[in-house]
Amino acid sequence: MTMNSQGRPSTPAGADSAVPETVTGNRGLQIEEALIFEQDSPGMSGVDLPAVPATPLRLGAVKPRGRVGLPGLSEPQVVRHYTRLSQKNYSIDTGLYPLGSCTMKHNPRLNEKMARLPGFGDVHPLQPVSTVQGALELMDALAHWLKTLTGMPAVTLAPAAGAHGEMAGMMAIRAALEHRGEAGRTRVLVPESAHGTNPATAAALGFSVDPIPAGPDGRVDLAAMEAKLGPDVAGIMLTNPNTCGLFERDIRAIADAIHGAGGYFYCDGANFNAIVGRVKPADLGIDAMHINLHKTFSTPHGGGGPGSGPVVFSEALAPFVPVPYVVHDANGFRLVEGAQVENGGQGTEVGRMKAFHGQMGMFVRALSYILSHGADGLWQAAGDAVLNANYVMARLQDTLSASFEGPCMHECLFDDRFLKGTGVTTLDIAKALIDEGFHPMTMYFPLVVHGALLIEPTETESKAGLDQFILALKSLAERAKEGDVAYFQGAPRLTPRRRLDETAAARKPVLRWTPASEPALAAE
Amino acid sequence: MRYLPLTEADRHAMLAAIGASSVDELFRDVPPAARRSGPVEGLPGFAGELEVERQLAAMAAKNIAAGSVPSFVGCGAYRHHIPATVDYMVQRGEFLTAYTPYQPEISQGTLQVLFEFQTQVSLLTGMDVANASMYDGATACAEAVMMANRLTRRKKAILSGGLHPHYRDVTTTDAHFIGFEAVALPPAPKGGEDLVALVDADTACIVVQNPDVFGQVRDYTTLAQQCQAKGALLIVVVTEAVSLGLLTPPGEMGADIVAAEGQSLGNALNFGGPYVGLFAVKEKYVRQMPGRLCGQTVDADGRRGFVLTLSTREQHIRREKATSNICTNAGLCALAFSIHLSLLGEEGFTRLARINHAKAVQLADRLSGVKGVSVVNDSFFNEFTVTLPRAAAEVVEELAKRRILAGVPASRLFAGQLEDHLILAATETTTESDMDALTKALSEVL
Repeated sequence: MTMNSQGRPSTPAGADSAVPETVTGNRGLQIEEALIFEQDSPGMSGVDLPAVPATPLRLGAVKPRGRVGLPGLSEPQVVRHYTRLSQKNYSIDTGLYPLGSCTMKHNPRLNEKMARLPGFGDVHPLQPVSTVQGALELMDALAHWLKTLTGMPAVTLAPAAGAHGEMAGMMAIRAALEHRGEAGRTRVLVPESAHGTNPATAAALGFSVDPIPAGPDGRVDLAAMEAKLGPDVAGIMLTNPNTCGLFERDIRAIADAIHGAGGYFYCDGANFNAIVGRVKPADLGIDAMHINLHKTFSTPHGGGGPGSGPVVFSEALAPFVPVPYVVHDANGFRLVEGAQVENGGQGTEVGRMKAFHGQMGMFVRALSYILSHGADGLWQAAGDAVLNANYVMARLQDTLSASFEGPCMHECLFDDRFLKGTGVTTLDIAKALIDEGFHPMTMYFPLVVHGALLIEPTETESKAGLDQFILALKSLAERAKEGDVAYFQGAPRLTPRRRLDETAAARKPVLRWTPASEPALAAE
Repeated sequence: MRYLPLTEADRHAMLAAIGASSVDELFRDVPPAARRSGPVEGLPGFAGELEVERQLAAMAAKNIAAGSVPSFVGCGAYRHHIPATVDYMVQRGEFLTAYTPYQPEISQGTLQVLFEFQTQVSLLTGMDVANASMYDGATACAEAVMMANRLTRRKKAILSGGLHPHYRDVTTTDAHFIGFEAVALPPAPKGGEDLVALVDADTACIVVQNPDVFGQVRDYTTLAQQCQAKGALLIVVVTEAVSLGLLTPPGEMGADIVAAEGQSLGNALNFGGPYVGLFAVKEKYVRQMPGRLCGQTVDADGRRGFVLTLSTREQHIRREKATSNICTNAGLCALAFSIHLSLLGEEGFTRLARINHAKAVQLADRLSGVKGVSVVNDSFFNEFTVTLPRAAAEVVEELAKRRILAGVPASRLFAGQLEDHLILAATETTTESDMDALTKALSEVL
């Protein structure tokens, strides 16, 4: 046995590898953490504030409130609370996060630093425009990149997220139809493989949703689509590359058909990262497309937001952008922001979609990412994203069951045929993958195949990282085929929590802490 | 390129495993006419960190940072001091770079934060339950109106003239496209609206704001009762979350739904976004609430844990039958809100609110002494409206040249109206010397 300089053994001695029960419930670096409300030291605060100036209240008829009910903690307690909570999260900084259609790629910290420059982060949206010329210049620069990369003549930066962008695009289509005097066009075609937001958006705007089936090759069945065209069709919402990870080969014919029928082509750009810098959507005949800055341009997902969903528009839809937008003239940049758009607007704008001017903090991050890559870097990034996905597909197609023939684009789709007769489900595979140190792939989406496993590695994964993931999946598939059902159904075992009872959560929802709920629910 | 880990050797090996001769070949399903042979022309190539920093810093330098000058700009976005801990914690990669917590076993951090956030929002607003956040206050307001439409099966909203015009506009945009009626009243800096009289059998809700866009604080208790007696819901909007540390909360006034902007806690101005919408309701309405919800449950070993719940309301399950098309919340902004509030605690939060109010009282008294300036409000929290003897937009522009951000001309929000009205905010960041600079400059230009 080797000894260290203090004469102690430098290699572990015991053969006992069982995970011990601990007194605290903690397990080494995994520390149990009570709710912040259960750590109250009344009167304590983690912020030292000066005394309240002695002025009489000027609240009119409104009374000062009673106790709010917030707990008091010191700064170190708060730091420890959130640090411990953070350690219960998987993240892209931790490892491979192959969620199909979600694009979990590296989030450069330069982007964070740039967004925090006081000239961006500490600027009020209603300062005089003469004092925010650099902020408007940045929005204009981002708009220029988005228009150039897509080949589209107009863009709105206003939408707060991808689904909000869909709303902007479909509102523009409604407005254009109303402008043409064809408000009677109320049917929207949506492929069955679409993201749930597509039908939800169309329905929210009062359109009826008409599903188009997928063909045997995982793409829109052109003949079926053409058969659905008619004088009441407002347009089509099509994701390209689609959610099966495939490029819609017939996209030009689809565009021509929908235009021929008097409708518009809304493209869901959630998967633009596959083709950015390599294909200009304008060349595909689209009329509007949202771009998720948090996917293609790597602004952080932040545990579920904030996102940002700019939308590019064709000439036909360009007049129907929401406000505000930036214009540039001899006197510099200015904002067209009024709902009535008296000064310099076109009068056809669809109105305002959120307060102020869009997700500026995300614009800074996205432009920082774009400038870092440049046109050549984006070309390479899209190429590597597609290469990585095809590599995973090639290496796994003998083990898992690929749903459609490749090549795929940025993500590859498998279904659960390989699990047939094993008693193991797609969900079980995903949970076992967690114990192997990976975030699972997207499961059970798209709906067009059974038990879908949709894998999107992104361009920021190394070959070695992919090889390890492939190895893990192959061994899990083997284990499933050997019939080790109990292993899968018990997974995950090495996580801060094991499988959670979602049925109980929904049946009797506990959506907030209350002093009364604590003892019963916290009981071990 | 520093973000791309594949080497040329890797690429060759991977192409060999795929059986393709080049990456371009993988794009063969793209119609040839649309397939580009190289990077998009007319755009620059890749750049190192230093170069990117230079370019962006040059743009940032063309803006006046609010914190670098005396600033009195509010109207829905407020400059507060953010403790260093907040921004440090939100940049932990495990929070920053995680996705929506769809795999609860490895997302308990985000989920517990959301559960605590929902509790904090419920407490602040005085409501039963809150969701895990919305895009911003304005979209939360529009969603609240649509929720009221669903609950009452009526299709008309009455929007007070004290509602922030951006909130009004977002709601009227939705009204036009989604198909309901929104009756927006003209701006009323002095109040005096008879909102209840407008409620008819088709009215789903009244939307009011507290403090209103002119800064006036109002008690809506009677309005809530009268409104509900006619079968309509009362939606209360709050754009300054810090006010909830001092004022009677909307829940105690009888609000059915609260839609608020949470930026004031933990989130920098960011030129208008991203911010965090707060959404809280009475318990009986929870199943018609839009947005994500986190709930408590137990795991296979019986330990307390958290999951996203009631997702049968949401688009990824319900598709065209969902309560809303929303697919994200404002996760990281909600986290910042939550950390700031955890640091403040009861004592800090309520004291912060009182300091804000006292600063505004001091500012109002100082401005009352400037010739030609008249304070419109008889009550306010940390923001109020004055009238000037000249167009406020001109005055604001002149003061900006002196590096003072004097507030928001009401005419910027209410195009072509209230041209002599100026709305000013004070917070804990406002100093004596800021107030000196403003009053001196105003006396000189008026």
